[in-house]
Amino acid sequence: MTDVVLDKAPVNDTPPPPSSTLRQPRLPRWAPLGIGALSAALGSGVGLVAGLESRIQWGLIAALLYVVINYTLATLVEGSRQAKDRLATSVVWVCFLAAVVPLVSLIWETVVRGSKVMGVDFLTHSMNGVITLQEGGGAYHALIGTVEQVAIASIIAAPLGLLTAIYLVEYGGGKLAKAVTFFVDVMTGIPSIVAGLFVLAFWILYLGFDYSGFAGAMALAILMLPIVVRSTEEMLKLVPNELREASLALGVPKWLTILRVVLPTAIGGITTGIMLAIARIAGETAPILLLVFGSPSINNNPMEGAQSSLPYYVYEQWKLGNTASFDRAWAAALLLIIFVMVLNLVARAIASWKAPKSGR
Amino acid sequence: MSTDTAPASPPPPPPSPSKSAGSISSGQDTRPGDRVFAGLARGSGIILLVVMAAIAAFLAWQATTALTENEGNFLTTFEWDANADPPVFGIAVLAFGTIVSSVIAMVIAVPIAVGIALFISHYAPRKLAAPLAWAVDLLAAVPSIVYGLWGALFLVPHVTGLYEWMDDYFAWTGILEYNGGAARSLFTVGILLAIMILPIVSNVCREVFKQSPKMQEEAALALGATRWEVIKMSVLPFGRSGIISASMLGLGRALGETMAVATVLSPSFLIEPSLLDPGGGTFAQNIAASFKEASAAGIGREALIASGLVLFVITLLVNGLARLIIARRKEYSGANA
Amino acid sequence: MLQRTNRLRSLAAGALAVTGALVLTACGSDDNSDTGDSGDSTKAAAGNIKCEGKGNLLASGSSAQKNAMDVWVKNYQAACGDTQINYKPTGSGAGIQEFLQGKTAFAGSDSALEPEEVTESKKVCKSGQGVDLPLVGGPIAVTYNVAGVDDLVLDAETLAKIFDSKITKWDDEAIKALNPDAKLPSTKIQAFHRSDDSGTTDNFTKYLHTAAPDAWKYEPAKKWAAKGGQSADGSSGIATNVKQNDGAIGYAELSYATGSDIPTVKLDTGGDAPVEATTENASKAIAEAKVVGKGKDLALELDYTTKAAGAYPMVLVTYEIACDKGNNKETLAATKSFLNYAASEDGQKALADIDYAPMPDEIITKVRETIKGLS
Repeated sequence: MTDVVLDKAPVNDTPPPPSSTLRQPRLPRWAPLGIGALSAALGSGVGLVAGLESRIQWGLIAALLYVVINYTLATLVEGSRQAKDRLATSVVWVCFLAAVVPLVSLIWETVVRGSKVMGVDFLTHSMNGVITLQEGGGAYHALIGTVEQVAIASIIAAPLGLLTAIYLVEYGGGKLAKAVTFFVDVMTGIPSIVAGLFVLAFWILYLGFDYSGFAGAMALAILMLPIVVRSTEEMLKLVPNELREASLALGVPKWLTILRVVLPTAIGGITTGIMLAIARIAGETAPILLLVFGSPSINNNPMEGAQSSLPYYVYEQWKLGNTASFDRAWAAALLLIIFVMVLNLVARAIASWKAPKSGR
Repeated sequence: MSTDTAPASPPPPPPSPSKSAGSISSGQDTRPGDRVFAGLARGSGIILLVVMAAIAAFLAWQATTALTENEGNFLTTFEWDANADPPVFGIAVLAFGTIVSSVIAMVIAVPIAVGIALFISHYAPRKLAAPLAWAVDLLAAVPSIVYGLWGALFLVPHVTGLYEWMDDYFAWTGILEYNGGAARSLFTVGILLAIMILPIVSNVCREVFKQSPKMQEEAALALGATRWEVIKMSVLPFGRSGIISASMLGLGRALGETMAVATVLSPSFLIEPSLLDPGGGTFAQNIAASFKEASAAGIGREALIASGLVLFVITLLVNGLARLIIARRKEYSGANA
Repeated sequence: MLQRTNRLRSLAAGALAVTGALVLTACGSDDNSDTGDSGDSTKAAAGNIKCEGKGNLLASGSSAQKNAMDVWVKNYQAACGDTQINYKPTGSGAGIQEFLQGKTAFAGSDSALEPEEVTESKKVCKSGQGVDLPLVGGPIAVTYNVAGVDDLVLDAETLAKIFDSKITKWDDEAIKALNPDAKLPSTKIQAFHRSDDSGTTDNFTKYLHTAAPDAWKYEPAKKWAAKGGQSADGSSGIATNVKQNDGAIGYAELSYATGSDIPTVKLDTGGDAPVEATTENASKAIAEAKVVGKGKDLALELDYTTKAAGAYPMVLVTYEIACDKGNNKETLAATKSFLNYAASEDGQKALADIDYAPMPDEIITKVRETIKGLS
């Protein structure tokens, strides 16, 4: 593949420079900025004149103008190759900005609307006895639920996933390992709602257990397991064989080699993988929706009785559909984002702190 | 948990030399510590297998019950009346909604995601690139219910302007005709899913672009190629399979997404002529919406499981395809391989 | 060396996480009595409640009675701290299903149990069967959001045509004829119906079917039968969407309309003057209701065609559904005690302030007797 690309390397079909001087005429450095400002102004102008209501349209028109003006100007001044380059550059910039707008809006809306009721009361109170049309109440019970369910799921999935990955990398090779690899692949494909469906149909309706935080945690564990196996596997494979060989050559038993040499070398990546998996399942709503029933009051026991969870709480409050509950939904969404972000940041901190300095 | 079940103490791993990446036989596998540890590891693998097989078997069994009692055609019926007696249900509307909304999401998200990835890897000012990459990474972790909330309370009311504009220019196509009303349609779902998978797809793309051969790029630049020419001839061909597998990963996410669809869509068992009309449904949304009222006596639940199984299979195919493409690429990376 | 510090670090991190979790479980509170504006009815009520049983009571069902349930739960829990009641507004269909699966102590439903459901309930009620206890009534308000229109009169036939997508513009002749003075815009009508199985839908379509049989041909059911229009989940979903969209119309229990500040349609019943959706007017129609349930079952039949002056015929009665015999022993005492309060004078009085209609005396007396006999 590399060769093919080299064959087509640009030097072959670059036309000779159009002018005899080495310096081509260039647009000034401030040109992109200037054109940007101009097209933004034009876009808003057109929007205003045509009476378009949506700001999105204004933005789209401005973006289109920017690309077109940039291209035309560059063609006139710099020639077609440079113009194409400018076109690509502006398209990439536009892509980026187009993507940034909704994502920033998402965060912005959540922070602004969420901070309305966010506060000590919100964090330390449940919804017990709150009339849902009125203000008040909090998400404490949901936070507890999320923490407990995610903890249980991790306690089930992390060791199991870790050991499975060790099996695959250190002991694997046989038919069993192939089957396990295949099923891990299959498991990554389980849509979260289907995992919830399975636990509901099997655990709650077929075996007759009650709704509980634990039921939710089991579905989360099913979702978490393949992520842990995959990421741990990748990390273990990165451990150089020389380390293993050296240890074994010194007469260290294999299990101790794995525990004392392989795992410590990869521990940073493994922890990061597990933390990211935790962050991923902490925001899962669909399986929780089917399994924990939801509760307005604090239930510290995940094994028995209805529980709530943050994602469930967001959905519940959104569904209640009045101003006060929307405020609560946004606040809980903000809390959920913070929760997941903190997990992510910790994971990334561990990753950069423990990362092997030599690169891959 | 795994510790309890592991002492089924399987035989020590065979000393055969044919082993995978990191596996090196020490020749001393008979030590008790080794045996226990190997047993633990193997036991976990077996547990995982059993759990997975149990899930598959249970779901398949339940789904078969539903399918044998179905009075309608499972693939073509435009109705979901699984609680009725006799039950009549079909996945036509759900399959249509799932695929259409995911395809819309892909069409919007993939080019933009590639753009973002290129921006971060090749265009952004050096100082901006690292924090941006970081921010996009974090955005990929925002839970889908938050996207759902934002979609329902912000996107739906604000997207009508775009709808009117599309109606002005594309109404002649018939499928992009806007008939007024709240924008709780498959198209809005597609937009929301696109926004949701954007960070994920662009993350993977960025990782791939970062690995494109630097020497080649520098050589090309030194010979006077513009930045775009370098990207067109070196980066994109190198990253093509990466882009495809990233898209597939995104597609897998979009297909199985529940909450973002459930909050935005106005569900119905009809296929509307225009994508901008409210109505339709997806597999995951239908399960979330109907499961609570599926009757225990009838086969409502089993019918939903059958539809869940179809979704499962579709996602599996998509993921499998992605993995196949990644595997073909593997020869270029990989540490010990 | 390296390993030891690692282990220490991870130990420390683990310890931190555990203590963090422990601290977290200790600092929350279920006591919300000082937040929010509780209103007069809630303060007065606590005195007369007889607390029995304790624990967590799960219940689910009708979203139409959610707001009434909120008030009852708040009052009841204020008096009986040992019991927590967890009512989830999942829709009547889902509530009945969860009850039949034995997952909840009682269900809330706006429709009485169907014969098949009664048969099915014998499984979960071991020695008895499910019974309907009418506890609260209310007008089904047809809410709308049309710019510049704050007074709208419709009749059953027009309503049926609107919700069947036969009338699609607000300035349709049929609507104009009923509202000669209103400035009706040519906006498209967006008719919102429930996407879940709903007792409100059942009652609403029963009304349309009896009052305008020619325009509404579909059999009344919990599931929405007509094609077209938009759908939304739960009464609150309807209210939210009507509020958000110009040109929207939908139906929900009155408390959702007032809770979201959206106007309601006056109904032209063919009587002297159009009737407004208020609790008093609804009570007049509910007063005509007859008990049709057999034995302990108190299912009601409503008269949707009444033309009596000031009677609002589009009403629903929402039931709690429990077993007459064979209730779950753990929750029985608390269930009885709670339902007792809901059916008591105080419980019924608490409803009027929040746009529900109390049950007529004759019926509520029977309900109290039945609750006493639950076992």
